[in-house]
Amino acid sequence: MIHFVLLISRQGKVRLTKWYSPYTQKERTKVIRELSGMILTRGPKLCNFVEWRGYKVVYKRYASLYFCMCIDQDDNELEVLEIIHHYVEILDRYFGSVCELDLIFNFHKAYYILDELVIAGELQESSKKTVARLIAAQDSLVEAAKEEASSISNIIAQATK
Amino acid sequence: MALSGMRGLSVFISDIRNCQNKEQERLRVDKELGNIRTRFKNEKGLTPYEKKKYVWKMLYIYMLGYDVDFGHMEAVSLISAPKYPEKQVGYIVTSCLLNENHDFLRLAINTVRNDIVGRNETFQCLALTLVGNIGGRDFAESLAPDVQKLLISSSCRPLVRKKAALCLLRLFRKNPDVMNVDGWSDRMAQLLDERDLGVLTSSMSLLVALVSYNHEEYWSCLPKCVKVLERLARSQDVPQEYTYYGIPSPWLQVKTMRALQYFPTIEDPNTRRSLFEVLQRILMGTDVVKNVNKNNASHAVLFEALALVMHLDAEKEMMSQCVALLGKFIAVREPNIRYLGLENMTRMLMVTDVQDIIKRHQAQIITSLKDPDISIRRRALDLLYGMCDVSNAKDIVEELLQYLNTAEFVMREELSLKIAILAEKFAPDLSWYVDVILQLIDKAGDFVSDDIWFRVVQFVTNNEDLQVTLAALLYMLLLFGVSLDGAHYFQPLPQPYAALKAREYLDKPAIHETMVKVSAYILGEYSHLLARRPGCSPKEIFNIIHEKLPTVTTSTIPILLSTYAKILMHTQPPDPELQNQIWAIFRKYESCIEVEIQQRAVEYFELSKKGAALMDILAEMPKFPERQSSLIRKAEDTEADTADQSAIKLRAQQQTSNALVMSDQRPANGTPPVSQLGLVKVPSMSNVDRDSADQGETQSNGTLTVVDPQPPSTPSPDLLGDLLSPLAIEVPQPDANQSDHNLGAGVKGAPTAEDALALAPVEEQMNTIQPIGNIAERFHALCLKDSGVLYEDPYIQIGIKADWRAHHGRLVLFLGNKNTSPLASVQAQILPPSHLRVELSLVPETIPPRAQVQCPLEVVNLRPSRDVAVLDFSYKFGTHLVNVKLRLPALLNKFLQSISVSPEEFFPQWRSLSGPPLKLQEVVRGVRPLPLLEMANLFNSLRLVVCPGLDPNTNNLIASTTFYSESTRAMLCLVRIETDPADRTQLRMTVASGDPTLTFELKEFIKEQLVSLPTAPGAPAPPTPLQPQPQPTSPPPAVSDPGALLAGLL
Repeated sequence: MIHFVLLISRQGKVRLTKWYSPYTQKERTKVIRELSGMILTRGPKLCNFVEWRGYKVVYKRYASLYFCMCIDQDDNELEVLEIIHHYVEILDRYFGSVCELDLIFNFHKAYYILDELVIAGELQESSKKTVARLIAAQDSLVEAAKEEASSISNIIAQATK
Repeated sequence: MALSGMRGLSVFISDIRNCQNKEQERLRVDKELGNIRTRFKNEKGLTPYEKKKYVWKMLYIYMLGYDVDFGHMEAVSLISAPKYPEKQVGYIVTSCLLNENHDFLRLAINTVRNDIVGRNETFQCLALTLVGNIGGRDFAESLAPDVQKLLISSSCRPLVRKKAALCLLRLFRKNPDVMNVDGWSDRMAQLLDERDLGVLTSSMSLLVALVSYNHEEYWSCLPKCVKVLERLARSQDVPQEYTYYGIPSPWLQVKTMRALQYFPTIEDPNTRRSLFEVLQRILMGTDVVKNVNKNNASHAVLFEALALVMHLDAEKEMMSQCVALLGKFIAVREPNIRYLGLENMTRMLMVTDVQDIIKRHQAQIITSLKDPDISIRRRALDLLYGMCDVSNAKDIVEELLQYLNTAEFVMREELSLKIAILAEKFAPDLSWYVDVILQLIDKAGDFVSDDIWFRVVQFVTNNEDLQVTLAALLYMLLLFGVSLDGAHYFQPLPQPYAALKAREYLDKPAIHETMVKVSAYILGEYSHLLARRPGCSPKEIFNIIHEKLPTVTTSTIPILLSTYAKILMHTQPPDPELQNQIWAIFRKYESCIEVEIQQRAVEYFELSKKGAALMDILAEMPKFPERQSSLIRKAEDTEADTADQSAIKLRAQQQTSNALVMSDQRPANGTPPVSQLGLVKVPSMSNVDRDSADQGETQSNGTLTVVDPQPPSTPSPDLLGDLLSPLAIEVPQPDANQSDHNLGAGVKGAPTAEDALALAPVEEQMNTIQPIGNIAERFHALCLKDSGVLYEDPYIQIGIKADWRAHHGRLVLFLGNKNTSPLASVQAQILPPSHLRVELSLVPETIPPRAQVQCPLEVVNLRPSRDVAVLDFSYKFGTHLVNVKLRLPALLNKFLQSISVSPEEFFPQWRSLSGPPLKLQEVVRGVRPLPLLEMANLFNSLRLVVCPGLDPNTNNLIASTTFYSESTRAMLCLVRIETDPADRTQLRMTVASGDPTLTFELKEFIKEQLVSLPTAPGAPAPPTPLQPQPQPTSPPPAVSDPGALLAGLL
């Protein structure tokens, strides 16, 4: 299973963290510090796996961002590597050529999308189309609620004019 | 894109980004946190919009790494908001900020449940996602039935059902009992007929978890899994959106094959055939392509298929195909594939008959040891370590020694450990061993742990041939600071002596302290053997050692003092000048602040005045009884930290040291050598030694230290018995040596006492017949069940069936001749440990062709002990004489009977058994990391019944059982395990029963089951990964948990 997902920028800034196994705040900080030290320093042509404390961390760099997922020792590494890519493709489709800035200012979207992709540390949906559809549906629900709210406040505003 | 129009949040993020340095950022964050805090305080004025905004800010700050210790309540309260936008934010922020152990989460259970059972499917999705990601045990108990309903409901849409499947998986992991639902296995099988691949993927993950816990229930799913695999492999009915770079859902393929690996075999020939067709197609049809994602996905499938083929122990042809593929992979340029090739090749070592093919790739693997990527080097090291045997040990160890020069610091300790193990195990001759060890200490002194040189000392003590030579060598080394070529060591010493002396004396390089320790110890013990050689008088030896004293640390000085005492003792006739010199040193250290040094100085001084009496006390160290190398244990312990378990495990299972038989004059039968215990012999490095796993020996050899500053922590009456038990039945510890071959070797040497120190060649004349399957594995399987195969080779199969009632056991051995000719000279004998009374009925001398003979065996358990009975079995087939020693699965756990206790019974009992020796507690490190579920499962299968719910902390386990023996009668035993979720390799264990011996034995027994190989009492603690979490020490509070009460009120 995936124990946690980390998005770290090349400068070591954390862009997203998601923990599927219980870690305390202190442990989380420690894990992030340790792993960014290990992963950010790795050269470009090395393999995408790092052995760490009896676990494996599968990571891949996309432009300035490192996507990391920590898995058990006997999990299938390549499968997880492609979960990462799958996630990136979906982000890319959603934002339209995604960049780090998108993920900084819309970090909540990155979380929503990840939730549609992975639950309990396991892949939930492997169809990009389905994920895109569900996220769009969420967005429209939020929009609808906003419009409703503004129309109500309009009515109130007009009524109290 | 603006953040849903939240300007405040965007501005805040921009501010943070504009901060020039960390200090500015902290100021900005503190300001914002202050702001949020005040806003939350007068919550009434907050609009839902504002609340949402602040909660997001909190999450952002949290992500930056700052402590956010307030506002959790606000995040949780958003969950109960009526409208989707607020609810959504509440759910997601809660699941990011909190973890399952957080009390606030309990407050939300009711709201979450309402959303799950409600009709709004978007709310259902949010709730299921939260529970799936951070739901704990409380959630498991209150929500599982509702989630199950959603998963199997026909009216729910796939988007809800797939979330329900994974949510259920989480709940199952938190509490396996929630899936104890009648007929769930049928439901599960139906779920595998699902057409929607999203739901099927999630359901398959659920199935993997279920079968990994207990496959017996789910046999009906097996053919369905094969069908799913066929459907994907043939691309039948796979919608376009579920193909990934042209491959039909690689993830589902991988998961399905993973599920299949949890079934021991596939019996149905049709299913088996279909599966092999698919596997064959995957093995043959996967090509390397340009597109990296397609490549990864197809190879993910391929590697899973390889694992499945290995698991199924397929036909030879397919297996050699796999090895060929792996051979190709370890040579490719793509680093991922190379890494996985090496990793899987190491796993492949477990499969018999392929070692030779793997050896062909040795050169290629050695190249990978020089790879720029540390991950790949680690795999290569592990593989080389795993594949090493007498035939290639020289080459491999040579490479490893070279690698030691360039290896990273993080790898050096592991590397030195592995070199030391291999050198001892596979040395073709002694000079080579010495050569390797000296090089090792020379090159990696700082990384050579004490265990390594302790072991060297043990090894030298037990091999007389080594003593003189090594003593001579080390002396030369100290003298000249040069290490010589291995071959020179065994030349009659010093013709080149004068020349060397003249040349090298001037540029004496610094010698590593570990080398000083070894030298001092060895020279103290054996330098008198050199005495006749020129330049090797006691005085000269003393001088050269004493020269090092100013350069060493306080841990080495005690060893030097011992050496001086020994030199003094060996100087015959006494040399008054030397004596005065040494006495002066002792007197000087009599007032040393280090207690160990002081004590030794005082004692040696007094002793050395006693003259002849000194001889008895300081005599040469007796040989160490053979036991498993502490190094291997250590290697295992550090595993979790370093590398894959496989190679080490494999190593441990293989026979120990064949090349250099560490044999001794152990009595052939029964009683341990009393003299060894009675005599007070050399004061060894008592303090230093205490760290070593061989503490036992040191103590039984007697230390001079009168006051033992650190008595063994478990004052069990059985401690002595425990130390001796390995000797009592000339079979090594019940657990340490796993292969019969080894047992054969160990025992054979002792009784005949022949060629005790010979450089015995590996190939024994006797057992040239290879057993089929892994004997140790078979034994371990039988520890958990009552019937199965104990041993098998090409000629015979020994099955066993057991029936246990209280302290009685009835076993039947089934001896089956597999051949068309009879097996002659059949002999079976039981070597029982002292706590078992075993009666074996007559075994016929011949077993007719293709016949099976039954031999009943009665066992009575007299008292608690975890020793193991051994079946000494031999027969003749043609000219082959086969002799095997097999451990009988009549272990402590067989005399347990399940009993489950209620809280009302448990707590009084638990409290009444207070403290040692009835209740013992120990922190166990180096535990095989197991999910809690699997651990509970293991306990149940050991007949220690896990009582769920007794301990409010979900990371803990409580188990109870009844133990039966003649001396104790029925005795209730209680066990509590506290695990650290962040670090599965350690746990704290408390065992209580009404009998001190039982408590101790049971504790050790459980420990042995949890740690892959048992550690002797007082074994070195491995470095702890991740910080241990503070564990609650008080007995579990009953129902009066404040969090639970609060949740109830709300």
